[in-house]
Amino acid sequence: MESAVLYAILSMSAIGIGAAVILYFVAQKFKVIEDPKIDLVDEALPGANCGGCGYAGCRAFAEGMVKAESMDGFFCPVGGNDLMKSLAPILGVEAQEKKPQIAVLRCNGSIKNSIPKFEYDGDNTCSFTTNLSAGVGGCQFGCLGGGECVDACDFDAMYMDPETNLPVVKVNCVACNACVEACPRDILELRNRGPKEKRIFVSCINEEKGPLAKKNCSVACIGCKACVKVCKFDAIDFDNFLAYINYEACTLCRKCVEVCPTNAIHELNFKPRKPKAEIPAKVVKPKVDGVEASKVAAKTEAPKAEVKAEDAPKEEKKTEDIKDEAKATPIVEDKKETSSKEIVSDEKVESIKDNK
Amino acid sequence: MGLLTFRIGGIHPPENKLSKGMSIQGIEIPEQVVVPMNQNLGAPSHPIVKKGDEVKVGQLIAEAKGFIAANIHSPVSGKIFKVEPRLDSTGFRKESIIINVEGDEWADGIDNTDTLVKEIKLEAKEITDRIKQCGIVGLGGATFPSHVKYMVPEGKTPEFLIINAVECEPYLTSDHQLMLEKGAEIIVGIRIMMKALGTKKTIIGIENNKPDAIDSIRKLIGSDSDIIVEALKVQYPQGGEKQLIDALLKRQIPSGKLPLEVGCVVNNVGTAFAIYEAVQKNKPLIERIVTVTGFPVKNPSNYRVRVGIPISDLLEKANCDMEATGKIINGGPMMGKSIPSTEAAVTKGTSGVLAIRKEESKRAEVRNCIRCGKCTSVCPMGLEPHLLSIIARQGENEKCEQELIMDCIECGSCVYTCPSSRPLLDNIRLGKSNVSFMIRQRSVK
Repeated sequence: MESAVLYAILSMSAIGIGAAVILYFVAQKFKVIEDPKIDLVDEALPGANCGGCGYAGCRAFAEGMVKAESMDGFFCPVGGNDLMKSLAPILGVEAQEKKPQIAVLRCNGSIKNSIPKFEYDGDNTCSFTTNLSAGVGGCQFGCLGGGECVDACDFDAMYMDPETNLPVVKVNCVACNACVEACPRDILELRNRGPKEKRIFVSCINEEKGPLAKKNCSVACIGCKACVKVCKFDAIDFDNFLAYINYEACTLCRKCVEVCPTNAIHELNFKPRKPKAEIPAKVVKPKVDGVEASKVAAKTEAPKAEVKAEDAPKEEKKTEDIKDEAKATPIVEDKKETSSKEIVSDEKVESIKDNK
Repeated sequence: MGLLTFRIGGIHPPENKLSKGMSIQGIEIPEQVVVPMNQNLGAPSHPIVKKGDEVKVGQLIAEAKGFIAANIHSPVSGKIFKVEPRLDSTGFRKESIIINVEGDEWADGIDNTDTLVKEIKLEAKEITDRIKQCGIVGLGGATFPSHVKYMVPEGKTPEFLIINAVECEPYLTSDHQLMLEKGAEIIVGIRIMMKALGTKKTIIGIENNKPDAIDSIRKLIGSDSDIIVEALKVQYPQGGEKQLIDALLKRQIPSGKLPLEVGCVVNNVGTAFAIYEAVQKNKPLIERIVTVTGFPVKNPSNYRVRVGIPISDLLEKANCDMEATGKIINGGPMMGKSIPSTEAAVTKGTSGVLAIRKEESKRAEVRNCIRCGKCTSVCPMGLEPHLLSIIARQGENEKCEQELIMDCIECGSCVYTCPSSRPLLDNIRLGKSNVSFMIRQRSVK
């Protein structure tokens, strides 16, 4: 009995030692020599594996960058410039500066602006409904409200606003491009965040002629070219009855916002505009009124929201809220007259914390 | 022995042929018609007229460009008002020709009478050319340009010409009524098609719920043995091309192949009539028979409608109670698509306009799949809709392709039978569009 136990222990040990010796030599023979830099870079990366850099994941990005021995064409949108700077010493090269970007929704066809013309109760996936019909609002370019972009977001930086049926991009967007790729109608676009989160963009991609675009949506770009004429910096491209503001060339002068007859050009996170008396400056005849309005604007002070207060009474409140807090920190107001108030205030707290 | 039918799957929805036996009526031409340019499967046509041009009925206004494409002719006489994008039945704006109607003057060379012309003067090649010129497309609903079917590749001779007079869609009666009223013309049309193809035998498949049509066609054929009428079991989708061939000849078309692979050419009975008019009377395809039906419609009937007339006119003519209507479908209830606006014009593919009552127009609540397997047992293509639906939803396109998602004929039997009212076909359509996109990408490379 005892000898049986002994034999078992001895034979097992012998096998163990033998295997260890074999494994040692095999390990020596087939050793994979990996650049230790890869591990260092990988550790520094956020580890989100979002694919925003164009690589399969953070490890692949690290491997690619170490192999290339340069940082040209490599950029992690999640970590941003700070991260890239911290990676530079590991690789011993100079980091490239890139302006931080954010996803921007170029459609304001909310339930109010683009009134649903019929009811749809089938499968509500954007990639399905985009082929099925133009959408309940009738605009064949606009947002379908299926929320595929929100599903694609790995950073909880988007949500669907039930009031407008449009997605909203939150301030914590890392510009990973996932939503841009998910949108079957190419509505979302990555644009520069701008100084203090100030942004101006045309919130419409409707390429139809004015009357047709306007028929389906009250805030569509009607291709009047008023903004193109007023822009001194040649920053507005015009094609297919649609204006597009080039964010690299735009100097954020806000002239175009004033002249837009349909309020299709949005400005975000600007200080409330100086005033224009009590006259509702909803500019209908773009050229003349717009110029006048801007002249008046320079003199007196009043929140810009009052201007549009007629059609969006809610907005006024919000702008005032923002005004109070805006002094200290830049705040992303996600979308005019769209975002639900509670969530926005949460974000404000977050962004304040971040800044501190 | 029972009646002929296809071997796999199938359902039998309530027939609801409300407009049965209603004779074909004409309809007034409105002041303005909108002729869309994408009326057929394949490439849209290109307008060759411009604003201000005078056109006559039957005059060519848009040319086919590409192989799978069809000409479009003016359905009315008058002046071209505009060429611009207009709302089509899907809610998208598509290029259309808008014509202001003035009188009813026909283009030269078109025989606009109802006299029966029996003698076929044209040769096979000329017939195909005429079909192409006259812009004939399959009138069963798929609107596949007909001349393509007659350009048989060398070395292949179709053994059978099959005439699809099944009309398995519930509610629709346009083909049925056409057979009753224009039987003799249809027979001549079939003879023309046989001459063009060089086939010796034709089988007309008619569902057994149309005994009067079966009798009248049999009587008209008389003692000729080269055209046979077969009564088929009432089962949906008996009128699917592949199902019909299976039912009549017990031949199955391999996946992804055309009926020619098993020696058949299938055409709709409406197409036979259109070909008769094109070849014998030089009349292009500018009008078709449309069934306007549904429970909210007070006078469900069959109309002979010029292309380009708005659907709202048809509903008005048939006295549809728009208050009680929740949904309007372009086509039959199983395969038709609901339309977002009645502004849309009748096209070559509009086989029916169906109004659905408000209480019936909403989808039932979607519940979980209980793995009952009903969808699999009714699928006429032998697919597994519940599994395809899941993998299509997950975006596994390669797997969808392996599982032959492209074989789906979108008949809707699976959705009809699903006790949990799951959107199976929606998901499969999504998968199909993804897979066809993938295939296109591959061919580009």
